[in-house]
Amino acid sequence: MSTTASIIHVSELTKIFKVPEREPGLRAAAKSLIRRKTRDVHAVEGISFDIEPGEVVGFLGPNGAGKTTTLKMLSGLLYPTSGEARVLGHIPSRREKDYLRRMTMVMGNRNQLQWDLPALDSFELNRAIYRLRRADYVAMRDELVELLDVGDLVRKPVRNLSLGERMKVEIVGSLLHRPLVLFLDEPTIGLDVTMQKRIRTFVADYNERHGATVLLTSHYMADVEALCKRVIVIHHGRILFDGDLSSLGNEFAAYKTIGVVLEDGDARLDDYGEIVDRDGDRITLRVPKADTSRVAARLLSDHEVLDLTIEEPPIEDVIEMVFAQSR
Amino acid sequence: MSSQATPLPEEGRLRSLVDFYGTMMRTSVVSQLQYRVAQYFYMLGMVAEPVIYLVVWTTIARQHGGAVNGITVGQFAAYYIVWTLVRNMNIVFGAPFWEWRIREGRLAGDLLRPLNILHYDLAFFAGWKFVVVALWIPIAVGLSAVFHPDLHPSALEIVVFVAAIWGAYFVRSMFQATIGMLNFWTTRGAAVFDLYMATEMLLSGRLVPLKLMPGWVQTLADFLPFKWTFGFPIESLVGSLSTRSLLLGLGAQVMWTVIGYVLFTFAWRAAIKRFSAVGA
Ligand SMILES: Nc1ncnc2c1ncn2[C@@H]1O[C@H](COP(=O)(O)OP(=O)(O)O)[C@@H](O)[C@H]1O
Ligand SMILES: [Mg+2]
Repeated sequence: MSTTASIIHVSELTKIFKVPEREPGLRAAAKSLIRRKTRDVHAVEGISFDIEPGEVVGFLGPNGAGKTTTLKMLSGLLYPTSGEARVLGHIPSRREKDYLRRMTMVMGNRNQLQWDLPALDSFELNRAIYRLRRADYVAMRDELVELLDVGDLVRKPVRNLSLGERMKVEIVGSLLHRPLVLFLDEPTIGLDVTMQKRIRTFVADYNERHGATVLLTSHYMADVEALCKRVIVIHHGRILFDGDLSSLGNEFAAYKTIGVVLEDGDARLDDYGEIVDRDGDRITLRVPKADTSRVAARLLSDHEVLDLTIEEPPIEDVIEMVFAQSR
Repeated sequence: MSSQATPLPEEGRLRSLVDFYGTMMRTSVVSQLQYRVAQYFYMLGMVAEPVIYLVVWTTIARQHGGAVNGITVGQFAAYYIVWTLVRNMNIVFGAPFWEWRIREGRLAGDLLRPLNILHYDLAFFAGWKFVVVALWIPIAVGLSAVFHPDLHPSALEIVVFVAAIWGAYFVRSMFQATIGMLNFWTTRGAAVFDLYMATEMLLSGRLVPLKLMPGWVQTLADFLPFKWTFGFPIESLVGSLSTRSLLLGLGAQVMWTVIGYVLFTFAWRAAIKRFSAVGA
């Protein structure tokens, strides 16, 4: 596969942390003074992928899968143990200023704005740090402030803002230099549903307007479903799946769900599949994927069916199945 | 997908840097003014140190007929009152700050920005100095009323002094930041920091005017960075240094700033290597 067009190129990227091993006891402590015992933590193990300009890719995996470690290597905060990463033609770990000016990394649990001052003051600092021309800066700032609807918030000291409000102004600050590549690590963590939606819409808008490339991790499947056509699933530092979100179900789901509404509401359906929900007249069955059409046909022939739908299981469940299969 | 993503054009390098210093200094003035009360108590606490030295030396001088080694009571007063200004100017981010910066995960954000990290700290504290000096003036007036300093600087001395307090700021910034790098390897960086502070105490003129030290100590001090962050700026205003000594002193400050910068740069590169290997 040609990699010249890709904006992010990752090949056999690996990160092994050496963490000091602490054994209990005085003797062990004394020994560790002489030779420190370390243990290897394989955070990321030989992952490879390419991302094309303008893509929005969801990076999924349970806690400790290696998502943050990967993003940190791509943003230049961590040196890879081995393998290669290239973003916008730069090797991130060199942290060249030209690279830093073209990317951003937003971590949902970090704050880079000056705590005691209104965000506007921090924005001014970023203008100087990123060497923006005033006209460009003002245009970009006003655009972002409007998109995220934070006109009032940017004038209040950051410490007086709620978590969600802070995240929004944080995002404005991180995008003032109009980065071409965005690494978003759990940008909506801890936020309420409305705020999550707002940020989600914003990321989509930003991608649309500026053709930026986005790699995002999130705990909330809704984020990924709304934003990403493509997902990369990572578990124990390895890639389990890389492709369209829509085909993730085909590949990994062990079952589908059949929703039926019958004329005879009291009909017993136990032997067609596992009944997972009964909502009024609507009965939801869980059926092994291979049996889906057979079961549907049986239902149609055995009963007076008013409505019947076959659905992929919710994406959360699929993801869970992916992880379950890899254990 | 509209993939005409292009980076924004860049403002000139120097212009941006000046802009950064201006903006950061303004920002720091605004944020420090919010803490002016705390700041004031901090300064009052700090003034206790030179006042103790001053009282001790004044007492000794009185017992010896009004002077010690030719330094009169009024000159001691001048020395330690100017000391308070120099001290305010040469407070910089030291090892404890770097410890905090790493522990709180602040460094990651700083590393993601396309600007040498020294600029943040230098610019931030440079702005802070204006707040501090403004707050210092009433303290200086009060101390002068009590201790009657003998201070008659020439115009040249005043000019050199103003430059020298900034020189002291830069020299000390470089060395303290370099020591701060130890935090990347050990949690016992504080020990080295304390050693630096103790050496500085004796060899900088902080505890005792260097003139009162044995000759070999004075010679040693000439060849180390410490004196240029305390004794020299004070004496440029208080003492009777020749024009040559004044200019040589500024030259020494420039030299130590450069040496400190080179040391810091080496240490910083190694520190970042280490940081990026073990993660934050
Ligand atoms: N700085 C570090 N030192 C040692 N181990 C780390 C460090 N950072 C992450 N790890 C370990 O690497 C693994 C992957 O972590 P991380 O990338 O943060 O996962 P995720 O973001 O997917 O939850 C985990 O086992 C974690 O404990
Ligand atoms: Mg993470």
